[in-house]
Amino acid sequence: MKLPRRFVVAALLAAVLGAVACERRPSSGGAERSTGDIVVGMYGSLTGDGASFGQSSVEGAQLAVEELNNAGGLLGGRKIKLLVEDDQSKPDEASNAVTKLITQNKVVAVLGEVASRRSLAAGPVCQKYQTPMISPASTNERVTQIGDYIFRVCFIDPFQGEVLAKFAFNDLKARKVAVLKDIQQDYSVGLTDAIQKKFAALGGQVLDPVSYSSGDADFKAILTQVRAQKPDAIFVTGYYPEAAIIVRQARELGMKVPILGGDGWVGDALKNGREALANCYISNHYSGDNPDPVVQNFVKTYHAKYKREPDSIAALGYDAAKVLAAAITSANSTEGPKIREALAKADVPGVTGRLKMNAKRDVDKPAVIQELMFTNGDVKYIYKTTINPN
Amino acid sequence: MDTFLQQFINGLSLGAIYALIALGYTMVYGVLRLINFAHGDVYMLGAFAGYYIANAMNMDANPSILGAIVVTMGAMAACAVIGILIERLAYRPVRHHSRLTSLITAIGVSLLLEYGGQVVFGATPRFFPQMIRSQTYTLGPVQITNQNLLIIVVSFIVMFGLQYIVHQTKIGKAMRATSFNLSVARLMGINTDFIIAFTFALGSALAAAGGVMVALAIPRIDPLMGLMTGLKAFVAAVLGGIGNIPGAMLGGMLIGLMETWIGATAYSTYRDAVAFAVLILILLFRPAGLLGTSVTEKV
Repeated sequence: MKLPRRFVVAALLAAVLGAVACERRPSSGGAERSTGDIVVGMYGSLTGDGASFGQSSVEGAQLAVEELNNAGGLLGGRKIKLLVEDDQSKPDEASNAVTKLITQNKVVAVLGEVASRRSLAAGPVCQKYQTPMISPASTNERVTQIGDYIFRVCFIDPFQGEVLAKFAFNDLKARKVAVLKDIQQDYSVGLTDAIQKKFAALGGQVLDPVSYSSGDADFKAILTQVRAQKPDAIFVTGYYPEAAIIVRQARELGMKVPILGGDGWVGDALKNGREALANCYISNHYSGDNPDPVVQNFVKTYHAKYKREPDSIAALGYDAAKVLAAAITSANSTEGPKIREALAKADVPGVTGRLKMNAKRDVDKPAVIQELMFTNGDVKYIYKTTINPN
Repeated sequence: MDTFLQQFINGLSLGAIYALIALGYTMVYGVLRLINFAHGDVYMLGAFAGYYIANAMNMDANPSILGAIVVTMGAMAACAVIGILIERLAYRPVRHHSRLTSLITAIGVSLLLEYGGQVVFGATPRFFPQMIRSQTYTLGPVQITNQNLLIIVVSFIVMFGLQYIVHQTKIGKAMRATSFNLSVARLMGINTDFIIAFTFALGSALAAAGGVMVALAIPRIDPLMGLMTGLKAFVAAVLGGIGNIPGAMLGGMLIGLMETWIGATAYSTYRDAVAFAVLILILLFRPAGLLGTSVTEKV
């Protein structure tokens, strides 16, 4: 195949010009427009292993956007338009999705992700383009350390690990515990470290953590080794798809000890643990049983729209959108750097607690401990206790 | 000692899964000299067929053994048809070309089913309905579930059944003849096209039975589930001697046990690597596999 030389030169020239044009793009994503819809991006795992995370967080955010638009929008009547990108639960797709949202859709800010590993993959893109990102539920400490444009509306794993370790030691009276960690997930690795440190500091014994990988389906070999060491309780620090199977297989091996997990257990597929979920406890961001009218109102409107109970990830998605809206209002602008400044000073009430940004762009919020129960084909989260940060 | 026995049982349960799939691999190879890389994906399709049939029958709420048998039969029938279609549309047109062509076609079919499956079923893992409620039996120091016991029993039944079909029946004789020399078999009046289609139907039905059975024990299914399991079953078939039916059983069990023992050590995350290290070693030192010899009759 032979192409005319002039055509080739023209194509090369066009490519080079295109690249140059991309390079000198102004950093903040198309923020200069002062009329029309305010376009906000959101990326999440709508499909794949973490599908429940993406769906819940997006539903929560959409509910918040709908409420804000019905109340007249922002900045003198401008509506918010939420553009959602699916990252298929893959970290590289997450950074592609965010790049597309910022460079093509010119979003003013980005909401997402739930899983820390994917927030860590996409966060640097937001930082580079000076577009604020608010993660609803990534609890790994390193997420907001990416840079000053990255925020979150949930507690962090060092705190969550402390909460779980304290509960196991004080309330469950466990003295020797085993930990199963998913070595592919930054979240699980970070949470495991936090639990180990705190439990040892309390005077308990932590057995060597046992590793597995996301997507594994047979855990009997590692569980049999754990069983031989006779722990009083077991921590499973990964996400719900594996947790459901681990809990089942542990019970099948006759292990009746309490099994504890973090907020990563919150997902629709957890219900496949079925009856084995008895005597399991998790730390969580909020409890739907909370009588606070703010929470009850949220549960009611969410149920009216989606015909199901909101989980904590949905509540955090809702809060993330609300914090962003408040920041856009107080910045009175849609420019990235100005929204960023307003976010750093954010202090608004949310359904998961008071959302006050600290110097690390994290929020100090209490955690709740919930006991799991399997009834009528679904998981019930029963409120046990609230633990405040000190 | 208790732990050792339990790990042994865990290994056998896992190995039986590989054995069940390896049996289909080995049978198709025995007749056609074709490594049907799509076999693991037919296993996936079997699990999904079972998933849809079981949900249509609302099996999760009303578990029953009879219902489970109906679901398994349905999935086997669906996959037998798919197997015949794959043979007719993908393999038969290239049958008279070199074996490399067939191998590449098989990889193509495998990728088509995996990524086509992601389009049709979606990439999100699904949870297989509990057609039979899990029960744990305690035998002295070891525990085993009814579902794992079922897989082990079924894999032995399938092994003996295949041995019987291939060595004692008329159609088995025709299969062996086709395997021995396709054109001479045809000259002797054997409808070789039918025999090959039958082999595929049988192999695919077995894969489907495996898919449903495994999904019962490990309820998470997704369109890529056949990839790793299929590869390990392939290693199991090679380890036992590809084309050799008891060899597939032995290979499957050995791979299962090895994986479990590695899983029980501090190197648990290397368990997938072990199967492939075994493949390399076997190909280097005993290419015919443990039970295979270069002169043994194949099928």
